[in-house]
Amino acid sequence: MIRLVPRHGGAVRSGLWGLGLALCLALVSGAAAFALLGADWVQAYAAMAAGALGSAQGRMDVLIKAAPLIFTGLAVALCCRLKAWNIGAEGQFVFGAVGVALAGLRLFPGGGAWLLPACLAGGAALGALWAAIPALLKTRCGVNEILSTLLLNYVAVIFMEHLYFGPWRDPAGFGFPGTAELPEAAWLPLWPGTRLHLGLALALACAVLLWLALERTRFGFQCRVLGQNPEAARYAGFNVDRLTLTAFLFSGALAGLAGACEVLGVQHRLQEGLASGVGFDGVIVAFLARLHPLGVPAAALFLAAILVGGDQLQTALGLPGAVVRILEAALLFGVLAGDWLAARRLVVTRAEAGHAG
Amino acid sequence: MLADLTLVAQIAVKSSVAVLLAGLGEVLAERSGVFNLGQEGMMLAGALFGFAAGAATGDPFLALGAAMLAGVLLAGLHALFVVGLCADQVLSGLAVALLGGGITAFLGRGWISRPGLRLGTWDVPLLSKIPALGEVFFRQPPLAYAAYALLPLVCWLLSRTRAGLCIRAVGENAQAADAAGAPVRLVRTLCVLAGGAFSGLAGAYLSLSYTPGWKDGMTAGQGFIAIAMVLFATWRPWRLAAGAILFGGLSALQFYFQVAGLDLAPIWVLRVLPYVLTLAVLVAANVLGPLKRLARAPGDLGRPFFRE
Repeated sequence: MIRLVPRHGGAVRSGLWGLGLALCLALVSGAAAFALLGADWVQAYAAMAAGALGSAQGRMDVLIKAAPLIFTGLAVALCCRLKAWNIGAEGQFVFGAVGVALAGLRLFPGGGAWLLPACLAGGAALGALWAAIPALLKTRCGVNEILSTLLLNYVAVIFMEHLYFGPWRDPAGFGFPGTAELPEAAWLPLWPGTRLHLGLALALACAVLLWLALERTRFGFQCRVLGQNPEAARYAGFNVDRLTLTAFLFSGALAGLAGACEVLGVQHRLQEGLASGVGFDGVIVAFLARLHPLGVPAAALFLAAILVGGDQLQTALGLPGAVVRILEAALLFGVLAGDWLAARRLVVTRAEAGHAG
Repeated sequence: MLADLTLVAQIAVKSSVAVLLAGLGEVLAERSGVFNLGQEGMMLAGALFGFAAGAATGDPFLALGAAMLAGVLLAGLHALFVVGLCADQVLSGLAVALLGGGITAFLGRGWISRPGLRLGTWDVPLLSKIPALGEVFFRQPPLAYAAYALLPLVCWLLSRTRAGLCIRAVGENAQAADAAGAPVRLVRTLCVLAGGAFSGLAGAYLSLSYTPGWKDGMTAGQGFIAIAMVLFATWRPWRLAAGAILFGGLSALQFYFQVAGLDLAPIWVLRVLPYVLTLAVLVAANVLGPLKRLARAPGDLGRPFFRE
């Protein structure tokens, strides 16, 4: 008789073991989903791998796609350290993009050397501002932050659509919904000879900074205590409300930077399809990375490869882009099942002995 | 003026149905201690499968059955993870929402803007002849009557039956309920599955009656709004109806302003209103004294149950 029994101790090892299990389970359930939906899963996985890693262009796309995922993954991971949920990275991403357009097109259309920093600051500031709403609602009014961040995503997207369909629409755009292009002085510098922009380096720097902040500062210590034991945090006299608000502000600024870099490095304007599910992507990245800031870049690269490979599925096999959503769900379920399995071990006993246990 | 008012009221009732149905499902799940963020995905699945089954067979009962089955299947996945594996309920719910969105976008390609079965307005004989009131309440799609008939049923189930007592006990204190012999895991699983069936129906209402046809992401966050309304209703079905009507009223006003060409507010303001006002309603539920006193979540909501 084979049984699964709980295992005790060895948290780090079981964490990595769980991650491995998670990826395997996700792969298998993704294959099952492909098969159920009537697609050849071997062909599908092969097309994804070829699309993401098979060509220099694909690999470049993965790197470019990873930058916003690192930012939003960090944003989610930071709040999760406090056991608070920020599922609103999408809304904060959108407001980061709006902040860039505000700075680059409205406030300082003239340009200049400081335009780029101003745009980045604008994006981070508006992202933080948008995250401040659920944080204040949570600390002042006790409103559940899961729901408030989710609802605010819809508001942010509709507001951005209003901007580029309405008052900020490019007058020279032939009615095309989108703002005018940002002045070139505001664009993020590219790695010579490629399309890779500075956003990736910024994201990596933020990952290291967040790790230092969480591990080496009083703020990080307080966050950890609050996340692990709110009672202890209160007893120790931490200002829990201010801590929550600070974490959400930083979280929103990170997500806002994601939107800012996407606009400044890739799209150069606000337009349709700017933010498609980056908030949920951030949740997946954060949990794949076990909420560890230094794990986030690796997890983001992995998810970026899946997303880029998923695009390839559209062109190679004619499957709709929504397939990647199914794979993302498989990843999340894989993480959950992997954690459960990793906390257990297989015990093989003889059938008679089973009664004793 | 009266004609306009009754029209707005009629649309308000019509627009409240999906939120009410999904909300009733969420009430059942949350009263048993399981937070279900996956409603959005289950509603989408119900909308697509209900519409597809209706278009293929032309049989409304088969359509509704397919919708409920789709919701139940996704709910089963949620139950497997949160009840069986004691997984994080928020993450599992998000995964279900993602999965529902992905699967329906994948399978729904061929069904976009195709004609299909419609469950249009059905006038209740005699009652619909009552001036004003009859028009508001008794000229509705059949599922609207079903939703408002299910409301007292869920109330009765929760507050007057042994099963309801068991559900509430499991949600308040699973360990104690377990010690008293209640089948905690079974109760939670059944409640989540029932919630899935309700969400499936809510989705089918959207694709068969409210805005007939299938469109990607056609629920537009109504699953999340339903969850917010459950918090507003402090887990009580009757108040949930009030929340749903509130939401329906806002949608109706938005619709009315657009049709009447009233330039009271720009379109985008009207579009964000349901989300913003849902948030406002949540704030009100947490701040206003009389509402606050009653606002206490089921004690074990969100906590996985396992025997020590």
